[in-house]
Amino acid sequence: MLVIKNLKASIDGKTIIKGISLEVKPGEIHAIMGPNGSGKSTLAAVLAGREFAEVTEGTVTYFGKNLLEMAPEDRAKEGIFLGFQYPIEIPGVSMVNFMKTAVNEQRKHRGLEPLSASDFLKMMREKKELVEIDSKLANRSVNEGFSGGEKKKNEIFQMAMLEPKLAILDETDSGLDIDALRIVANGVNKLKRPDNSVIVITHYQRLLDYIIPDVVHVLYDGRIVKTAGKELALELEEKGYDWIKKDVGENNLK
Amino acid sequence: MEKDQDKIINDVTSGEYKYGFYSDIETERIPKGLNEDIIRTISRKKGEPDWLLEFRLKSFRHWQTMKMPGWANLKIPPINYQDIIYYAAPKQKASAENLDDIDPELKKTFDKLGIPLEEQKHLTGVAVDAVMDSVSVKTTFKEILAESGIIFCSFSDAVKEYPDLVKRYMGTVVPYTDNFFATLNSAVFSDGSFCYIPKGVRCPMELLTYFRINSANTGQFERTLLVADEESYVSYLEGCTAPMRDENQLHAAIVEIIVENNAEVKYSTVQNWYPGDKEGKGGIFNFVTKRGLCRGENSKISWTQIETGSAITWKYPSCILRGDNSTGEFYSVAVTNHHQQADTGTKMIHIGKNTKSTIVSKGISAGQGQNSYRGLVKVLKNATGARNFSQCDSLLLGDKCGAHTFPYIEVDNQTAIVEHEATTSKIGEDQIFYCNQRGISTEDAVGLIVNGYAREVINKLPMEFAVEAQKLLQISLEGSVG
Repeated sequence: MLVIKNLKASIDGKTIIKGISLEVKPGEIHAIMGPNGSGKSTLAAVLAGREFAEVTEGTVTYFGKNLLEMAPEDRAKEGIFLGFQYPIEIPGVSMVNFMKTAVNEQRKHRGLEPLSASDFLKMMREKKELVEIDSKLANRSVNEGFSGGEKKKNEIFQMAMLEPKLAILDETDSGLDIDALRIVANGVNKLKRPDNSVIVITHYQRLLDYIIPDVVHVLYDGRIVKTAGKELALELEEKGYDWIKKDVGENNLK
Repeated sequence: MEKDQDKIINDVTSGEYKYGFYSDIETERIPKGLNEDIIRTISRKKGEPDWLLEFRLKSFRHWQTMKMPGWANLKIPPINYQDIIYYAAPKQKASAENLDDIDPELKKTFDKLGIPLEEQKHLTGVAVDAVMDSVSVKTTFKEILAESGIIFCSFSDAVKEYPDLVKRYMGTVVPYTDNFFATLNSAVFSDGSFCYIPKGVRCPMELLTYFRINSANTGQFERTLLVADEESYVSYLEGCTAPMRDENQLHAAIVEIIVENNAEVKYSTVQNWYPGDKEGKGGIFNFVTKRGLCRGENSKISWTQIETGSAITWKYPSCILRGDNSTGEFYSVAVTNHHQQADTGTKMIHIGKNTKSTIVSKGISAGQGQNSYRGLVKVLKNATGARNFSQCDSLLLGDKCGAHTFPYIEVDNQTAIVEHEATTSKIGEDQIFYCNQRGISTEDAVGLIVNGYAREVINKLPMEFAVEAQKLLQISLEGSVG
């Protein structure tokens, strides 16, 4: 599904991602962990097509296509979803209107007729229940005045509405209390299908108690320094990132 | 990405003004120029009584002593008032009673504008007074309205048929000495709409005056007089368009509203005069005086305006809150794109006790557009318990446009509560990216965000107008982000 080869990217001339290679197959859940400043969010931005991150080297292939050449909205229409670390407020634009525009754009892309108002509202109702989101939220403006937890739940709600092939969740767990964390994680698990994939970017292990990854990568200083199964997350939780840093430092010395 | 942005910019350049066509209609014009003879000619053509001619001449003589005001935050090129035709009328009997009397070309024009003159074809529940250049060509549903005693007709007809009402109210809210453009209008106005809602009547349909400038080198000077008697209600709409031309054309109108005890008038405008081209060539100068008097207790006037057109807009729909407990409202969205300029706002004059006013102004600037909000909240000595809330928001698209706010607050009563809130924001790249990431194109994202920003005002419009206004906002800002 997604193949990243030797990816390097910089922001304002400063190299942040220093050569990442990674393959995500359909149905897999990958966790990318790492200390602050390791390049986790920059990687998410590059995959979603945010302009501020400039790709200097490497390739990203998505279902055989060159992802880096696609406009952000085309990536979205092809099934890439980014759960934002800091969801954006759009005053005056209702969630209903926002989601209806997004869903129908994606349908148009797939050659489908736009949903009728009643079908759309029915879909919203179903998805709201699925992710246990307050039904009043839909009548409010996009993220405006939402609490931190509501914003994150709203991201998962949008994910449920758009049914992406590849969801990239950028620190979706940050700022969540344990109940909200459980709801968010349950939402992600319920949406999981054998053919879609998730990249979970997180600083802490606790989210991975609920979303069980197939693969865990540790990102440090712009490189993936360790890849293993889900037990790696627990090891990190126990030993902290210093252990990795030390490990990498020693390797570099050698 | 680069390619995409180019495409958006190209789309804009091709995004044309939809109503810029010209209709080849046989038109009677008087010679260019402005003097007492011209004014006598206009008055004679309209078969006016002497008192009205006197009113015109008095206004003209006063106007000659006046200078064009320079206080607005506008760059207005010099206007040669001798180079304007002050009367141009499609050749037909003014305000035809029978549809067959109307030039088919004229009917076609209004059909094209979406304002059919045939009653059965028209949007249900809207009565129309259609004004082309200097005259009203048709007023629909007159008979049905007359059944409840409502008068809705052209100003010229009103002068003939209801001279006492016109005489009693005309010039009482906007006196002929009021300001340069109002005084000019008082001297040369050619037509407009008149409306009287009798005591206790709730007008059963929306009333619409549609203004169309067609003829070249002419100015349009119409006046609207709207009287809502005690306990009555009316929702009044106004729309306007003009052909695309390289020259500027002057539109200087007057709207006067009088509202008696417990009556309410809702006045909505969607202003879409030709804005000029991308380089700022041509377009309408829209210099308009609109004012309502809440004369009675518990009376209410609500202005809603969506200003997307005109090269230059200079307009301050105002409320004089004379009756105790009367209410004034002003909801405005003003867009300036390319080289458009707008200096617009309102005046809320609190005279009566416990009078309330609300101002919500949303400016949107794009391209090299300059957008100014100018508003006065004045609380007089006896206006105990007066209350005002003002909110002025500015939204900027791009970095070559400007937003300016000039609020004036004058309070002479200690008990008054006056609040003013203002914000300036830009459409953020992160907002657009958030939309992009959900599959929404940049252009649609701008439309979505702008309509969201203006929603509070658009919601005040009647349904059909609201839909039209939303489309208009998107069209007038097409390609402004790139």
